[in-house]
Amino acid sequence: MPIELVLNVTLQGLLTGLVYGLMALGLSVIFGVVRVVNFAHGEMMTIAMYGAIVAFGAWQIDPLVAMVPIAALLFALGYVMQAWLINPFINRPEHSQFMLLAAVAIVMVNALLMIFGPDARTTLVDYALDSVEIGPLLADKVRLITAGLALAITAGLFAFFKLSRTGKAIRACADNYMGALTVGLNVKQLYAFTFGLGSACVGAAGAMMVLLIDVTPNLGPAFTLQAFVIVIVGGLGSMPGALLGGVLIGLSEALSGLFFAPSAKSMFAIALLILVLLFRPQGLLGKKA
Amino acid sequence: MIAGLYERLLDGVPRRALLLLGLLLIAMLVAPLLVDPYLLSILILVLYFAYTGQAWNVMMGFCGQLSLGHSLYVGLAAYTSAALYVHFQLPPTIGALAAISISMAFGAGIGFLAFRFGIGGTYFALLTIAFAEFTRVGFDHFAWVNGSGGFFLPVEQYTRNDVLNLRGRPVMFYYLLLALTVAAFVFCRWLLTGRIGYYWQAIREDQEAAQTLGINTFRYKMLAVLISSGMTALSGVFFAFYYNNLFPEQIFNISRSIELILGPIIGGLGSLFGPILGAFVLTLLAEGLYETLHGLGYDIPGIKHVFYGICLAAVIMYLPHGIWPPLRRKLGLETRQ
Repeated sequence: MPIELVLNVTLQGLLTGLVYGLMALGLSVIFGVVRVVNFAHGEMMTIAMYGAIVAFGAWQIDPLVAMVPIAALLFALGYVMQAWLINPFINRPEHSQFMLLAAVAIVMVNALLMIFGPDARTTLVDYALDSVEIGPLLADKVRLITAGLALAITAGLFAFFKLSRTGKAIRACADNYMGALTVGLNVKQLYAFTFGLGSACVGAAGAMMVLLIDVTPNLGPAFTLQAFVIVIVGGLGSMPGALLGGVLIGLSEALSGLFFAPSAKSMFAIALLILVLLFRPQGLLGKKA
Repeated sequence: MIAGLYERLLDGVPRRALLLLGLLLIAMLVAPLLVDPYLLSILILVLYFAYTGQAWNVMMGFCGQLSLGHSLYVGLAAYTSAALYVHFQLPPTIGALAAISISMAFGAGIGFLAFRFGIGGTYFALLTIAFAEFTRVGFDHFAWVNGSGGFFLPVEQYTRNDVLNLRGRPVMFYYLLLALTVAAFVFCRWLLTGRIGYYWQAIREDQEAAQTLGINTFRYKMLAVLISSGMTALSGVFFAFYYNNLFPEQIFNISRSIELILGPIIGGLGSLFGPILGAFVLTLLAEGLYETLHGLGYDIPGIKHVFYGICLAAVIMYLPHGIWPPLRRKLGLETRQ
């Protein structure tokens, strides 16, 4: 096997992995603060993808531009979900929260099915097939741009949590729920804001993802699972961990597709997940609970 | 001994509960004589979910270990019994033993790894999903059972019922499932009224406290996984021989796992009658929705599940402990302590 091919596939996996990482970052942020596992995460991703498809189909808006309003819309969706549905469930047992979000996921998948039908949709931007030469390597332009954007958004989010007052308040809630209540933080509102932020991440990732793959309503559960795999490998609640997990999963998918069968690619990701769960359940970059 | 067993099972159960259970059983026994094939197929589905839900309930409802990967045990058992039947002409009544063994072996493996490494809560649930998914992809490439192309059992028009080989008309499957559901109900009652049941509930409520009291939590959690996976295996055998076709993509799918835990959660987690009630409510709700929407001319794909999801969310929001506990109070069937 020529070394260029391997390197090219590796680069592709790395770039795609960064977009995966952004998707999983949303899940990680939500879990890290609200302590609720968003079982409707992948379904929200598909909603964002269909948003980009509609924007492109109806008004020829480039998905990378549509990303901004889509992320805003998903923020609103996430905020409302947390404020209306999930906040009353904060102190309920895990299986109860899980059932609620599983029900939300069922509604989302099937609402998309009702509106758009089961067929795969795609966008074809005019730079879809362009590529960039980097030394001996050849990278898709689309993947380069999306990976760069994913990194930029992650950096922005990181800065928000470290520097802004709201970000610090949210971290305080995550650190100590009772303490945050005691100093007078509006925890429920901050939770809703956090869920909104996590949803905006997945919204941005979804808008980018339409440039990379076709979308069907049934992709939702698969994305949910993938997001879980990524955040657990990286460390639930850890922001750099989500990116690292995304890159690892992107790489393992690309390389196992090259060396084995493309259809077996998720097997390696899941094997990685099982190993991490057993030997380092807090994830590669997670803090011990 | 029989008298002792009888006493143990019935201790503290109100007369009225026994009467109602008896009436329900009689109704279920005569139902196939009265209903058309379509309704019979729905009742079979109800019993399938009631039995499988009961099996899952052992692990989560009794012992507090949330498994979101029970499709693994259904799928493994379905494939085992079907492959033994097709490749070696081994009747499923014997193949079921192999199916149970394999499911329990996988259950033991997952349980051992998880409990030895101290994995609990959300992480345990995700681990069970991961194993089910891993197996799904594995079976997609398992040539002996035709991989992702699907595995099929030979089907013909049956004039008589061959119980040994599970080849026959739906009514045979109905009565077999009914027997299984009743047996599982009695078995779970027996488990719950004994030492194991109390240990499980202690672990469910507070694992550390249970350990402090000297309960070997590892052993009893393992026991819960083993019993649950073994019981679930029989659902798989039924699935294979009732539907006659198996696809890894479908049988191991995570949505299958979710489907079969909805019943016990909606019915009432940890209660004996919850899984049965939940299976009735959910299956009839789904079919009722389908019929209503179909009758009104709304034949849009997905619409049924949108309503289904909304109903589900509503039940979880307003009845956090499921339908059965409040209903039991209404009927005056509280068990005497």
